[in-house]
Amino acid sequence: MTNWTRKDLLALYDLDAGEIQLILDTAQEFKKVSERRVKKVPALRGKTVVNFFVEPSTRTRASFELAEQRLSADIVNMSASTSSLSKGETLLDTAKNIEALQVDLIVMRHSAAGSHNFLAKHLRCGVINAGDGAHEHPTQALLDMFTIIQKKGRIKGLKVAIVGDILHSRVARSNIWGLLKLGAKVTVGGPATLVPKEFRNIGVRVCDNLKDTIEDADVVNLLRIQHERQREAYFPSITEYSNIFGLNRETVKYLKPDALVMHPGPINRGVEVEACVADGPQSVILEQVTNGLAVRMAVLYLVAGCLEK
Amino acid sequence: MPASIKGRIYTMKTNYILKNGRVIDPSRKIDRKMDIGIRDGKIVSPSKAKDAVVIDLKGLVVAPGLIDMHVHLRQPGRTDKETIKTGTKAAAAGGFTKIVAMPNTTPPADSTANIELVNRIARDEGVVKVYPCACISKGQEGKEMTSIGSLKKAGVIALSDDGKCIQNHELMRHVMEYSKSFGLPILDHCEDEKLGCGGVMHEGTWSVLLGMRGMPAASEEIMVSRDIILAELIKCRIHIQHVSTSGSVTMIKDAQKRGVKVTAEVTPHHITLTDEEIKHFDTNHKMNPPLRSESHRKALIAGLKDGTITVIATDHAPHTETEKLVEFDYAPCGIIGLETAVPLCLTQLYHKKHLTLMQLISKFTVGPAEVLGLKTGLAEGSQADITIIDPDLKHKIDASSFFSKSRNTPFDGCEVRGKAMATVVDGNFVFSCLPGIQGMIAHR
Repeated sequence: MTNWTRKDLLALYDLDAGEIQLILDTAQEFKKVSERRVKKVPALRGKTVVNFFVEPSTRTRASFELAEQRLSADIVNMSASTSSLSKGETLLDTAKNIEALQVDLIVMRHSAAGSHNFLAKHLRCGVINAGDGAHEHPTQALLDMFTIIQKKGRIKGLKVAIVGDILHSRVARSNIWGLLKLGAKVTVGGPATLVPKEFRNIGVRVCDNLKDTIEDADVVNLLRIQHERQREAYFPSITEYSNIFGLNRETVKYLKPDALVMHPGPINRGVEVEACVADGPQSVILEQVTNGLAVRMAVLYLVAGCLEK
Repeated sequence: MPASIKGRIYTMKTNYILKNGRVIDPSRKIDRKMDIGIRDGKIVSPSKAKDAVVIDLKGLVVAPGLIDMHVHLRQPGRTDKETIKTGTKAAAAGGFTKIVAMPNTTPPADSTANIELVNRIARDEGVVKVYPCACISKGQEGKEMTSIGSLKKAGVIALSDDGKCIQNHELMRHVMEYSKSFGLPILDHCEDEKLGCGGVMHEGTWSVLLGMRGMPAASEEIMVSRDIILAELIKCRIHIQHVSTSGSVTMIKDAQKRGVKVTAEVTPHHITLTDEEIKHFDTNHKMNPPLRSESHRKALIAGLKDGTITVIATDHAPHTETEKLVEFDYAPCGIIGLETAVPLCLTQLYHKKHLTLMQLISKFTVGPAEVLGLKTGLAEGSQADITIIDPDLKHKIDASSFFSKSRNTPFDGCEVRGKAMATVVDGNFVFSCLPGIQGMIAHR
């Protein structure tokens, strides 16, 4: 049985299969808690967690806050505009000041890749990555994997396709590492400008058309397309993207009948996915959101437990 | 000679005899055990160095003073990072007797006033010889050329917009044509500003895995090809700074075969490290050009071996700890190199048998001297600019002992072999860790 020995959760790249499985198993227990009438447990009572969202977020932040509340932690919320970063303080100074308030955990989102790795080296308190640039978003990938296991019973041997802007996606990177470590076969697909061929070097299949990407997949994870990528000349227009790479009434026919459709949100309806698919029988998009709570409770619980030691 | 001139105390310079050293002088292809005399700041036959202090250099290499043609001294403007005084001390401690000061100071060295300032401070406070380089374009803006003829008169040795690259090919062409008349070499930092704009590391497997914006090799190579094409058209010289890609090396090699007068330099860090290091997110691995992948690193070493690359230069780029102790994306580019270059190159190139000592020393002497039109060598009658090297000494790099004002190096704590033991400028020991020989600055 794997023990949790990390004071931080920075990236799934760092974890081994046993550690990932431990989080998912722990989340299973917390999922049961969420189904009770009284949803609160005292696991983090007396612990203080700061949610430090240097880059704005709504759903991840709400999910973390709720997870912390259900674990009975004390919570402080900070954003870039309410912190001294807006007064020119460095990230490290801001974080050191937070730590000086005897805080146990910092949950951070930041637009620069590796910010959490940088902070974790200089802080005694725990650091949980809620997204760093295009690098990693470990709890999103963990909740994606948790949802796959709930629906398919396993990860090992499954074919998982990730479609869209892989280049700029932290969700894609965390999913790739997590899925590979648990034995899935991963394919990434989308416009060639947004799907780096270098992923082949770590055993990922790379496609540049939708049919090849998704036709034998057990799971299809669609990524949000940001309009600014068009202005940066990665593809000609949103309409073309939707026609060629979007999952719509036509292209949904490529899917195996039992394939799961996932999306980390927020959805651009009519761009990467049409309503009929997003709301269709294969979609597990809202279940992902529900599972996110249990997964984040598990991560907070494990990391806080390690700090005590 | 009178003991005093017009009341000013005139101290006779100490004469020296350097005994039993292995003299390696690439300018004359000499590599043998011999004694060298120093009298009145010049190299003489040992018999002519009267009342000399005799220094036994058994087991050590005596080389012409090393030249670093790519140094950021940060003065004027950013004396919190480095000054001419601290930078030249670092140079002396690293074995360099001559350095070229890059012009991207604040304000940029684009006027004769600025060059005169640098020359004056270097004369008053410098420990080694400083040769100022001026901007190619006014304010390094890439729009109008500087007063190249006047800058030459003010004592400029070369032209560079280092840190930036002139994107306007028409301007570059005119600068190359105009500067040719003054015999000033252009040292170009080759980078297409649009391709890979906003990049923070080499574009490749690691940038993709880490989710960081990449700077493709093509961004450098496009401008290297531009420079070669224009140099061929104008029949002028061009020097490519800090070459970092295999494609650049190939193009330079092919151009040299055709007779194009293109030369190139490489940094010690580009032949030592690769982009994989970035996975630790240490901002001391952030530089421009970025650390590239292993195949590029190997191509650079091959370029040194086959003679395509004739110069090793440090791109010594001091930054304060505060500036570097930030998120990787926000950190400034560059690392210091003066005090690590000799140990790193001996370890990576000599001890790994890529280059002989003669070849390696040539990259620090004859190579840059030819680009810049400087004199080098240990022939009798030459200025006594000498570097004494222990090529085998095992030691650990200790950034806390550096003379540079900054500490931004990724090599702190590295085990290396080889070290500059003493640095002599015009017959004076400006640095020494030889027993019994006092340098202006001491080893610490």
